[in-house]
Amino acid sequence: MSATMTAPRRAHRSHRADGGGSLTGTGRLARFALRRDRIQIPVWAIALGGTIGYFLVVIPIAYPDPAALQTRAAIMKEPAGAMMAGPGYGLDNYTFGAMVSNELLGWLAVASALMSIFLVTRHTRDEEETGRAELIRANVVGRHAPLTAALITLAVANIAMGALLSAALIANDLAVADSLAIGAGVGLAGLVFGAVAAVTAQLSEHARAASGMAGAVLGLAYVLRGVGDAQEIGGSFLSWLSPIGWTQQTRAFVDLRWWPLLLCIALTAVLLVAAFLLAGRRDVGAGLMAAKRGRANATPALVHPAGLALRMERGSILGWAVGLFLTGLLTGSLGQGIVDSFESQPQLAEVFGGGSGGDLLRQTMASFLGFFAMGVAVFAVVSVNRMRKEETEGRTGAVLATDITRPHWLLSTFAVTAVSSAVLLLVSGFGLGLGAGASIGEMSLAWDFTVASLAYWPIVLCFAGLAVLAYGVLRAGVWWVWILLVGSILIGLYGPVLNLPEAVLDAEPFGLVPQVPGAELEAAPLVWMSVVAIALTAAGTLAFRNRDLEA
Amino acid sequence: MSAVIDVRNLSKSFGSVRALDDLDLRLEPGEVHGFLGPNGAGKSTTIRVLLGLLHADAGAVRVFGQDPWTKAVGLHRRLAYVPGDVNLWPKITGGEAIDYFASLRGGVDKARKQNLLERFDLDPTKKTRSYSKGNRQKVALIAALASDVELLVLDEPTSGLDPLMELVFQDCIGEAKRAGRTVLLSSHILAEVETLCDKVTIIRQGHAVQSGTLAELRHLRRTSITVVCDGDATSVERLSGVHDVRRDDGRVMFTVDDDALPTAMEHLLPLGIRSLISTPPTLEELFVHQYGSADAVPAGGEQS
Ligand SMILES: Nc1ncnc2c1ncn2[C@@H]1O[C@H](COP(=O)(O)OP(=O)(O)OP(=O)(O)O)[C@@H](O)[C@H]1O
Ligand SMILES: [Mg+2]
Repeated sequence: MSATMTAPRRAHRSHRADGGGSLTGTGRLARFALRRDRIQIPVWAIALGGTIGYFLVVIPIAYPDPAALQTRAAIMKEPAGAMMAGPGYGLDNYTFGAMVSNELLGWLAVASALMSIFLVTRHTRDEEETGRAELIRANVVGRHAPLTAALITLAVANIAMGALLSAALIANDLAVADSLAIGAGVGLAGLVFGAVAAVTAQLSEHARAASGMAGAVLGLAYVLRGVGDAQEIGGSFLSWLSPIGWTQQTRAFVDLRWWPLLLCIALTAVLLVAAFLLAGRRDVGAGLMAAKRGRANATPALVHPAGLALRMERGSILGWAVGLFLTGLLTGSLGQGIVDSFESQPQLAEVFGGGSGGDLLRQTMASFLGFFAMGVAVFAVVSVNRMRKEETEGRTGAVLATDITRPHWLLSTFAVTAVSSAVLLLVSGFGLGLGAGASIGEMSLAWDFTVASLAYWPIVLCFAGLAVLAYGVLRAGVWWVWILLVGSILIGLYGPVLNLPEAVLDAEPFGLVPQVPGAELEAAPLVWMSVVAIALTAAGTLAFRNRDLEA
Repeated sequence: MSAVIDVRNLSKSFGSVRALDDLDLRLEPGEVHGFLGPNGAGKSTTIRVLLGLLHADAGAVRVFGQDPWTKAVGLHRRLAYVPGDVNLWPKITGGEAIDYFASLRGGVDKARKQNLLERFDLDPTKKTRSYSKGNRQKVALIAALASDVELLVLDEPTSGLDPLMELVFQDCIGEAKRAGRTVLLSSHILAEVETLCDKVTIIRQGHAVQSGTLAELRHLRRTSITVVCDGDATSVERLSGVHDVRRDDGRVMFTVDDDALPTAMEHLLPLGIRSLISTPPTLEELFVHQYGSADAVPAGGEQS
């Protein structure tokens, strides 16, 4: 090589080196990201492992013999059952393993997908939106380093989750290879949707919009495989359009095949290439979808603390409403299958609390209504906690420096949470009743369940009130509200099958609500709960009035 | 007339950090009062106590003669606040944010808002997230200036504004002053303070180290003199109150204490003055002196 050639070459190369250096700093960023997530990742992994653990305890109680398992298989043969669960491999000889891969795998994959979406958005778009990415990128950090670091974190989280899951299955004496396939499927589903989030994070300027779009893709994937699986046992071509479907198509514990997982890997690769291409084309902090213009003047609906809070919450309320309605509809449409299997298997009916026919349906659906109320309680607590962010980001201070009292501001914001909780309850009750009514041809159920859902309003407000109290006494933190809520939910869901002492079960808040319309409506507990909710909210408001504002 | 803001011996601690330590601050009606101090001195903390957002640990705080902690709302009807770090809600536009603040303060004056939008050259249809720092600040400024209040509390309101907007801001404060409004202006922009403020309070580590009119503060520093004389002007060195005498070409430069100025002039007069330039201390010099001086009352601020 001649000396004259080297000079321009070198210039060219140093230019290249800029591109190659686009990963500079990735290692440090990844370590930092993992450090930030050192609690979250184990919590997700253990929660999923715990779900399996729960099933290990519950299934032998609910389905003590092969005959009982077959009744379960009969439900899964129904289109509605297949829609909720999976493609239905091995239904003719239903085993615990087949049950895990048919009914549980899809939901586990959704959970890991959600974790991955949140994780990727948190480490990419959220960082940009808050302006922290700008500070980071201004250091010796390459263009692609933040995204790469987020993806490394994503991989670590999903490997941890998949490994823990497989270990839980293997520990329960299930076939090793199939257990590994389940773990790998769940981990890969996480990777795919993490990669989807890596793409959507490039599209929108807002973290919530980015995770919302990725969540919509996840919802679509679940519905696609649901419809496909409902169309025929083993799934139709629609099932093959969905990454969740691919994980289920490994037929683990029935007739294991690995290659569908290759589809997950290929899609992840394609998405990641797209994400990096998009990331390379845009400015830090910018999205590819330009922000739209809006009104120059506020409408009368906005210029009130409640109006503003509603505007801020609107998207999330809508998302919850659609999600709860669809889940309610699907759950309700299982009604016919449940009634059928109870009629053919009276001993199974006893497990669910006895009774017969229509009553049984109402009872079962009424207990499902309680599960939806738990979801709404989570919404309510999250919604109240939004006030914390408002305060730390300095907006509350600016508002309270105007002609508005602290109680007025707090209670207006709370009112939005309270009313939207009621709406969400009504929507889930309506969906559940509509689905159940349609499946047994009794449309009055839709109305019954819509009305019945309001029985859960006081208990939901109790948890919202706890969150208000926690906000009022800011120093006390909010973790104890979550412990109470999650504890109540866990005991409510699993308590009966875990044979917990009566006293514990009786004290579980959601269980205190009369199970209308399956049971008589008792007013006393509802009155008490309302009193408690009001007292908690009042105490929180008083505490808020007497403390320093954080920022 | 009673003071608009009257703070005496105010103390406030955050855990072990003593943010305010025996602070005094007094604003008479109609005055524009500069509030100065190094980073972490406690300016924002004082303002947040004045707004009733923080509870004073000790001392007497009166705004319009009332306690801002207990009477916050009644007081807020009479004042408008612009925070230093303006954080707006995502998803809404600048115009909507202005209306929101204004309506919380009791209604929007449409004409005034429009006028201010034009003067500050702000597009109200853009989403708050797409505003630059300066534009976010304009939103808060317009919301405050458009409301009909007696007191403006401004915490570094112009730290993101360009020089043209800075002039618009100064105009607006001038109008507010002519309208008889009182203004508390915390700022690091000394030229702005020098132009706008009647009085200044300088705080350091949570304690007011100087307070008074600019003229009074200038008294505390020496005037710089540059003189060309027929005779030998360096002889002023002998006088007490004269410092730093230097000769440069034919010019003699020195600084002189305020009370020694007449003696110095008497001394120079017989020497045949050809030219004389007297420069009063700039605010900057006052600042560097006050900010940097080690003799101020020690209080546990951010820096030890
Ligand atoms: N919420 C808080 N918790 C703990 N310490 C605080 C809090 N708010 C302020 N401080 C401390 O109080 C002191 C005064 O802060 P303050 O924000 O009032 O300073 P400032 O004069 O406004 O500074 P700047 O010019 O940088 O705006 C600082 O030492 C700061 O760290
Ligand atoms: Mg400040």
